[in-house]
Amino acid sequence: MKQKIVSSLDAAIADIPDGARIMFGGFGGAGFPNNLIHALSRRGIKNVFAISNNCGTRDGELGIMFKNDQVKHVICSFPGPHSNHFQERFAKGEVTCELVPQGILCERIRTAAAGLLGFYTTVGVGTEVSVGKEERVIDGKRCILESPIHADFALIKAEKADELGNLTYRLAARNFNPIMAQAARTTIVEVDEIVPVGAIPPENVITPAIFVHRIVQAKGLHYAG
Amino acid sequence: MPDKPRLTREQIAQRAAQELQDGAYVNLGWGIPNLMADHLPKGITVYFHSENGILGMGPRAKAGQEDPDLVDAMKVPVTLIPGASFFSQADAHLMTRGGHLDVAALGGFQVSEKGDLSNWKIPGTKGSGAIGGAMDIAAGSRKLIVCMEHNTKDGAPKIVKECTYPLTGIECTDTIVTDLAVIDVTQEGLELREVAPGWTPEEVQERTGVKLIVRGKVPEMKLD
Repeated sequence: MKQKIVSSLDAAIADIPDGARIMFGGFGGAGFPNNLIHALSRRGIKNVFAISNNCGTRDGELGIMFKNDQVKHVICSFPGPHSNHFQERFAKGEVTCELVPQGILCERIRTAAAGLLGFYTTVGVGTEVSVGKEERVIDGKRCILESPIHADFALIKAEKADELGNLTYRLAARNFNPIMAQAARTTIVEVDEIVPVGAIPPENVITPAIFVHRIVQAKGLHYAG
Repeated sequence: MPDKPRLTREQIAQRAAQELQDGAYVNLGWGIPNLMADHLPKGITVYFHSENGILGMGPRAKAGQEDPDLVDAMKVPVTLIPGASFFSQADAHLMTRGGHLDVAALGGFQVSEKGDLSNWKIPGTKGSGAIGGAMDIAAGSRKLIVCMEHNTKDGAPKIVKECTYPLTGIECTDTIVTDLAVIDVTQEGLELREVAPGWTPEEVQERTGVKLIVRGKVPEMKLD
């Protein structure tokens, strides 16, 4: 059996280089790989190209990466009211940002995961997000061409992994995690618990093990709003 | 001379909630729409959808019973009703974009004569702005209700010929519920369906940036 379990958070991210394209799961305080983010922060890699729904909650979630000036560019949907470290750097031009409608962010990630090269959508037609994109009419509807979003690494959070890497998620902590797990060349998951192969009933698996490359156990961290 | 009393934000939410049918699947956005959950018409059940992958959200969690993994799209700890389900963010937006929800309600900065909506960025403000799920919801909703004040704090109309704020979606709004009126977006233009208690159609028209269509006598909203 291929050994996917990694003994420490630092070891799990030890080969992520400067300038890597990294997806980060999580939404609304739930399902963030906060322990892995801390490890990245300790390691101090720079010029990260981040893909994430939000841009941190003060020092929490991705906030610490912006605070430490580790991110160069971010594709995101909702840099929320507490993404102060991101906003400060954005205002100074130290980080650039592509804002994407949230469902389109999901679909662009899924497009990459599925080996597709793009799709047309009515979302964003006539708005700032359509600037520079091919527009055409299909079925009488104006639509724009959207491109896939790939990543070198995805850092995600799940509740349980078996030793093969089959994953389950807790409540609404699923959000972006299963989508991002499918799209990156290397997916690293932090989980509350690692269980033996067979302990997760096959019909309960949300992310099949084929998408998971490294598993590390860590006690989940949450940051208040 | 000060204006007559307008609806409160709670009352706008109450009137907007009267648009919901029993059994509807519904997404509520930030601001006034979020208040609609507290004002459902008696005897109906609706199934609230959240962009982070929940169908069947119940009321917000009581103090001491919050679970940080069970939050709505505004990060508020919530509960579930029997029959609820979880799914990924992609499936959540497949529901918004694919026309699977019966009704969505969003807040608004401006709505145009054609139903264009601006609600995500105020021009001239610093910062990146934040889109979130609004563009997917605007583009895909079967029925989109926009809940907002009728006028800005300076008294300028928010219902305008063309939106001057950055757009969220084009020709996406079906009904506008404000503190002065209920207005439907139709092929012919904006039709005044109801006015706030104590207001006349003429007074509402004076505070609107677009000529409203008025057919017969316009009734007053009925509020609790």
